[in-house]
Amino acid sequence: MSEVSVTKDATPDALVALSGVNKHFGALHVLQDIDLTIARGEVVVVIGPSGSGKSTLCRTINRLETIDDGSITIDGKPLPQEGKELARLRADVGMVFQSFNLFAHKTVLENVMLGQLKVRKTDKKAAEDKARKLLDRVGVGTQADKYPAQLSGGQQQRVAIARALAMDPKVMLFDEPTSALDPEMINEVLEVMQQLARDGMTMVVVTHEMGFARSAANRVVFMADGRIVEEAEPDQFFNNPRSDRAKDFLSKILHH
Amino acid sequence: MNVLLDHLPEFREGFLGTLAITAASAVLALVLGILIAGFRVSPIPPLRAFGTAWVTLLRNTPLTLLFLIAFFVIPQIFFPGTSPFVLAMGALGCYTSSFVCEAVRSGINTVPIGQAEAARSLGMTFTQTLRMIVLPQATRTVIPPLSSIFIALTKNSAIAGAFSNTELFNVSKLLSDKGFAIGWIFLWIALAYLVITFTISGAFRLLERRLEVAR
Repeated sequence: MSEVSVTKDATPDALVALSGVNKHFGALHVLQDIDLTIARGEVVVVIGPSGSGKSTLCRTINRLETIDDGSITIDGKPLPQEGKELARLRADVGMVFQSFNLFAHKTVLENVMLGQLKVRKTDKKAAEDKARKLLDRVGVGTQADKYPAQLSGGQQQRVAIARALAMDPKVMLFDEPTSALDPEMINEVLEVMQQLARDGMTMVVVTHEMGFARSAANRVVFMADGRIVEEAEPDQFFNNPRSDRAKDFLSKILHH
Repeated sequence: MNVLLDHLPEFREGFLGTLAITAASAVLALVLGILIAGFRVSPIPPLRAFGTAWVTLLRNTPLTLLFLIAFFVIPQIFFPGTSPFVLAMGALGCYTSSFVCEAVRSGINTVPIGQAEAARSLGMTFTQTLRMIVLPQATRTVIPPLSSIFIALTKNSAIAGAFSNTELFNVSKLLSDKGFAIGWIFLWIALAYLVITFTISGAFRLLERRLEVAR
């Protein structure tokens, strides 16, 4: 009884809380008893080998993937079923995808304005001002009238971040935001994310960028085979991993 | 040879009749087809079931049978006194809508899933996502099959002539019953159909090229 209240008290400012989350893809148990709490303003980086369920975990938070059991709450509200209620909640959760997913038939500016106009019902002038401001902030202000296909990958991803930010999200989810980028473009995206983290945005970042995890994360979550194997501060995790699975993973990616 | 010039008003009326019934049915088929395609990809199971039933039923029924139902069952039970034009439009439009639906659905499937995911992540509803993000991008893929469907519709509209509508087929039957040379009548009728079908394929080709530039 007292233990239960202790665990609840330990996360008074929990913005995202997953508890006992399970998911199967057919026979594959892709998420196994996931418990994860993300506090307001916290930057959590999720790392792990391919197929460990990191992306799936990220996508369950705004219900792009449904879960089989367990519960997910955002700002104290459980994720509703598909419908208007869920749409409202998703507006508060920004998502950045590996493949950018900018609307191909709309200009960069329209991409950043669309959510404001159609979901937030902002008036056009205010939406455009905000969109231009955000595009400047991520460094692609001069590309506003181009179509996504005319931009480099790094530019597209920064637009995608601006598009998500335009909704004033409570939390931002990044699903391998740099994995589809040419090496020379990775940094320009990571810098935007670093800045965002410094500004106090709550972020969940699935990534293979260990440098980013070290410098920007408050906490590293290491996943393998559908489980959270280890959670620690970045310094502790990278210098002194406790689990063998994490040691093995780090030895493979860090030394070459 | 002179059958055309001697009966120009009849031919003209037949041509306009075919044009009117084709255009009206095309509009109905397009509206219904897109709506039902939306049903078929909807997250709501009853809507999906309705969409599947609609397509299965209408696409697999002979058009003549649909006409028989439209003209001899519908007015008896539901709407007595409906004009032959509206009944023919209903039969042709509903029949063609099942083909339009499948063409639109195949177009929807060519739009990368990430586009819809991004829209939903912004908090857009299913309808908004479909209308503003997916359908506009599906349009280009859907144009060529739609062109074929509407050309088939033009030719199918001849069946309406057998159900007290004045259109090209009806005129040809009227004149051949009067004893005019059937060969010439057919030639003129065929040319009139070609005018419509060529216009449709031309218009769609133009549309296709226009959309290509927009991307």
